[in-house]
Amino acid sequence: MKHATAAAKFVANDERSHWHDKALWFVRSKRDRMVNSVPEWELLRDTASAIKAYTMSHMAELLEQFEENATKLGATVHWAKDAAEHNEIVRGLLRDHDVKKLVKSKSMLTEECHLNPFLEKHDIEVTDTDLGEWLVQLRKETPSHIVMPAIHIKKEEVGELFHRVLGTDEGASDPPYLAEAARTALRQKFMEADAGLTGVNFAIADTGGIVVCTNEGNADLGVSLPKLHIASMGIEKLIPQAQHLGVFLRLLARSATGQPITTYSSHFHGPRPGGELHIILVDNGRSKLLASEEFHRSLNCIRCGACMNTCPVYRRSGGHSYGTTVPGPIGSILAPSRDAKEHSTLPYACSLCGSCTDVCPVKIDLHHQLLTWRKEIAALGYVPLDKSVPMKFASAVFRRPWLYRLAGRVARNVVPWLPRFMLYNPLNVWGRRRELPEFPRESFQQAYARRQKTSGKGNVR
Amino acid sequence: MSSRDTILQAIRKSQRETTPMPTLDQDWLRFDAPIEQFTTVLESVGGRCIRVGSPSEINDRLAEFPQFESANVRASTIEGLGQPTVSLDTIDDPHNVENVDFAVLSGEFAVAENGAVWVTDETLKHRVLHFITQHLALVVPAKNVVNNMHEAYKRLSFEGQRFGTFISGPSKTADIEQSLVIGAHGPRSHVVFLVGDES
Repeated sequence: MKHATAAAKFVANDERSHWHDKALWFVRSKRDRMVNSVPEWELLRDTASAIKAYTMSHMAELLEQFEENATKLGATVHWAKDAAEHNEIVRGLLRDHDVKKLVKSKSMLTEECHLNPFLEKHDIEVTDTDLGEWLVQLRKETPSHIVMPAIHIKKEEVGELFHRVLGTDEGASDPPYLAEAARTALRQKFMEADAGLTGVNFAIADTGGIVVCTNEGNADLGVSLPKLHIASMGIEKLIPQAQHLGVFLRLLARSATGQPITTYSSHFHGPRPGGELHIILVDNGRSKLLASEEFHRSLNCIRCGACMNTCPVYRRSGGHSYGTTVPGPIGSILAPSRDAKEHSTLPYACSLCGSCTDVCPVKIDLHHQLLTWRKEIAALGYVPLDKSVPMKFASAVFRRPWLYRLAGRVARNVVPWLPRFMLYNPLNVWGRRRELPEFPRESFQQAYARRQKTSGKGNVR
Repeated sequence: MSSRDTILQAIRKSQRETTPMPTLDQDWLRFDAPIEQFTTVLESVGGRCIRVGSPSEINDRLAEFPQFESANVRASTIEGLGQPTVSLDTIDDPHNVENVDFAVLSGEFAVAENGAVWVTDETLKHRVLHFITQHLALVVPAKNVVNNMHEAYKRLSFEGQRFGTFISGPSKTADIEQSLVIGAHGPRSHVVFLVGDES
């Protein structure tokens, strides 16, 4: 579906659209306060960007080094070309360990692989334990934001949902009360789980360890009770050395939610005594993206979500309007790399304001890449007629000064007299939510010439 | 060809041009009074920091906490502290520490810039205790407060199997309308005792 069509549904509710906008701007403001308290912020960004560039230029060796070190620590490393292979590996592990109930902490990768529906088809009970992700799971939705999956849901809706599912008081919408109900219910899930699955924020090549960051502590609870810990990661989560975490952990939470660091930043080096740790390295299009001259830098993303929080389009149109696992500016670069035709409208869901580029902690040139995508999409012929025809028309006019002057004269003299239906009709997409400006009586050139003539007398500057 | 080889081959084919590794040897943020900074930041994330001269003072200060006094099940990994009611080493299944109300555990060092304390499972049989207890107290030597995360990683070596985590404040969530709730899945309160002299 076109982004604009999907967004239209969201913005139809004006009050909710503004509420959503404000909620995200609140997070963006918290980020600004936190960032301003770190004098070397720009140095941190430069360093992070350079570490990522180094990683991308040594990806194969670093992955091998990570595998070797993780294996030495007693972890098992698996490789998955694509989502299907990843899901099969998970299912195989769960089958071998006779797992019926799995607790998951937030992992955008497993969302990307559509792991939940796959496992449910194979009779495994999957519980997403991050509160926000559990909310969207119970509502049979997908996360609308990569850090705040339930940012689109109102507390009254959570109250209704919990009343239905958990039997909380009808009409109760107090966040502490609702969070307490979730705590009780999810603690039961943690206690009953046969295995825990987490995503990975960083994988360290020189130690073979993985780092998982949460505020709720759900990842740690999920993998410290049962014996089996499965960690799924995209290959781009790799960093060369443990000391680089100093840079990334300083950037991540400050950029994401305006916290100095997440509550828990857990470093897993091998399984715990008597347990098993399986790490699945997933490609699923990443090596192809690495090969792209224009878009490979989007692999540097550490998934903080800062570009979404600041994006004027995302804030007003909601994460679901993008129709992708990762929405917002970074999602609009990643998604067309997978399927340019399917996601051809996403690079246009952007005003090119550049705010995303300014806040990105690893200095991805997001708005430049979005502009480049537009060029690619035009070259591929995926620009819809309502955009491409007016563009061709405008191009033809602008290349011919005489035609431009003629068109201007016609517009000035004819348009003001046209009946509304001829101007505001289904063909005029632009006019759907906008009014034309009042047409001047003379062109700029005419006005300029007139002023030049009178400038001797008047005080024209 | 295995998926491993397919992936590595694809990466080798498309690997980016070599760029140099940046240096981490920089003039990173330092504080005139790291302990005060740690205390302020920890409070801002919902935790509390208490300075004590000696470990024996900790028991007196703990007694001031209603959640400690009312705790039915207490656990501690530090000799003589926290009036434990259970002996952690006799528990085999981590599920059996779920009923712990108050745990007193040791932390290796604290980070001034973000209120975090580094903890490991070196002296703790069930690492889950850090996350499953209703209330958590960490005991850290006051001389072990570093300025920033770069100094923190200089202290860490990661050799061999080990679990370690930075904990900054109590468990929390803001997933319902960005409204902060303390005590999401893990501890509902978090106190750090900094013990002894600064240097």
